[in-house]
Amino acid sequence: MSEAKKYNAPVTNPETAPFWEAAKAGKFMIKRCTACGEPHYFPRAICPFCFSDKTVWEEASGEAVVYTYSLMRKSPTGPYAIAYVTLKEGPSLQTNIVDCDLDKVKIGQKVKVVWKPTDGAPLPFFTPA
Amino acid sequence: MTIKGKAYIAGIYEHPTRHAPDKSTAQLHAEVAKGAIEDAGLTKDDIDGYFMAGDAPGGLWPMVDYLGFNTKKLRHVDSTETGGCSYLIHLGHAAEAIAAGKCSVALVTLAGKPRTGPMPPRAAGAEADFEAAYGATTHNAYGMCAMRHMHDYGTTSEQLAWIKVAASHHAQYNPHAMLKEVVTVEDVLNSPMISDPLHRMDCCVVTDGGGAMIVTTPEIAKSLKKPLVRLIGHGEAMKGPRGGKDLDLTYSAGVWSGPRAFEEAGVTPKDIKYASIYDSFTITVLMQLEDLGFCKKGEGGKFVADGNLISGVGKLPFNTDGGGLCSNHPVNRGGMTKVLEAVRQLRGEAHPKVQVPNCDLAIAHGTGGLLGVRHAASTCILERA
Repeated sequence: MSEAKKYNAPVTNPETAPFWEAAKAGKFMIKRCTACGEPHYFPRAICPFCFSDKTVWEEASGEAVVYTYSLMRKSPTGPYAIAYVTLKEGPSLQTNIVDCDLDKVKIGQKVKVVWKPTDGAPLPFFTPA
Repeated sequence: MTIKGKAYIAGIYEHPTRHAPDKSTAQLHAEVAKGAIEDAGLTKDDIDGYFMAGDAPGGLWPMVDYLGFNTKKLRHVDSTETGGCSYLIHLGHAAEAIAAGKCSVALVTLAGKPRTGPMPPRAAGAEADFEAAYGATTHNAYGMCAMRHMHDYGTTSEQLAWIKVAASHHAQYNPHAMLKEVVTVEDVLNSPMISDPLHRMDCCVVTDGGGAMIVTTPEIAKSLKKPLVRLIGHGEAMKGPRGGKDLDLTYSAGVWSGPRAFEEAGVTPKDIKYASIYDSFTITVLMQLEDLGFCKKGEGGKFVADGNLISGVGKLPFNTDGGGLCSNHPVNRGGMTKVLEAVRQLRGEAHPKVQVPNCDLAIAHGTGGLLGVRHAASTCILERA
């Protein structure tokens, strides 16, 4: 393995700052709309489904399954596996599957959140559970 | 209100270059503009509508000034930016503007030089902090679509390879095609894996170049010398993960843009004689054919196999110029060349070896952005008048 990949710190903004503050404490947050009940990710102030502003932060389990993936064989920083994972709470999100044998990633595989450091808040990635 | 039959494509031009380190991007726009205007038999002073997308350096202000339009006459502009399908949307929007009397001779241009050097980065969207680190590229975003399509429907790499094979059969007759060699399914499968499950030959070419078209009124088109080609249906649509609910990467926004266009045109996929289908990757074609209704969802693999897309061999001749997979994908944007080859087919100006006999109805369809992340789709139904 080469040395740990460097990631840029999230820029953050007033709408998403609570997500990154929670991330520093190792908590993976999603947003839920109290009007329609739907959870969503990435977090928005206004619900993308019913357009209500009654959205609240909720800590997610960090458990997910791989919806799909693709192993990029070459890049300036080496091979990596981009993926969509579906959280136990419902929303699917884009991520990388990390810290494992990338050739063994499979659709339907159980994964869990793992944080990677930056110069600011850490970034969420997923690794086999 | 409909745009059906209200606008004609009177001029087309595809830049013959595939590598242009000796030219500027603005210059390429001017060269394709000149080519399309001359093909139509018009002059620059006839232009009263101009359409361009994010590939035009600096946007509308510098382009309108650089190209030297008659600004007393120019009365309609549009810089809709939806990646590779921008120019298909421009065609629809030009027809709307012409139908509404807002312009009478519209020029659409595309040009750029990604083969010479890297393209400028795009401005970040609201998702940037939540996605930028994960390295989505065209290859792996489309790879994720292909992976899930294979998982859900049993689509195979061999089936995807047939799309490249068909494109290569057509490209051998295009003197300007970047890749003219006819390839086999085995060649595709033996090419290096780029981003699973897509091999190198599942990917389109990277080319410098460009293209342009002139869209005009029925009256002006009929006063010119070219065979008449008109737009009879147009649809556009967009799709993204939208909060992560019910994610399904096996279909595209083409499921919405296609029916909109077919309904306006009053025709069905069975009526289509020739299809220009966006081919950034083989999986792009397969998904679009399903989404547009040429076959059922999940049956695209069977549909494209055994040469069904080869002109003179199969039931649905596609991308007879060799498409993005073999001929040209100028500025990493294939929407313009999709319209241009459809017009050539309808005019009877395609290469004789790939010309579809009595081609009177064609589709030009494209996507823009990343199919596996956020994208747009646009469908144009074109008819020989």
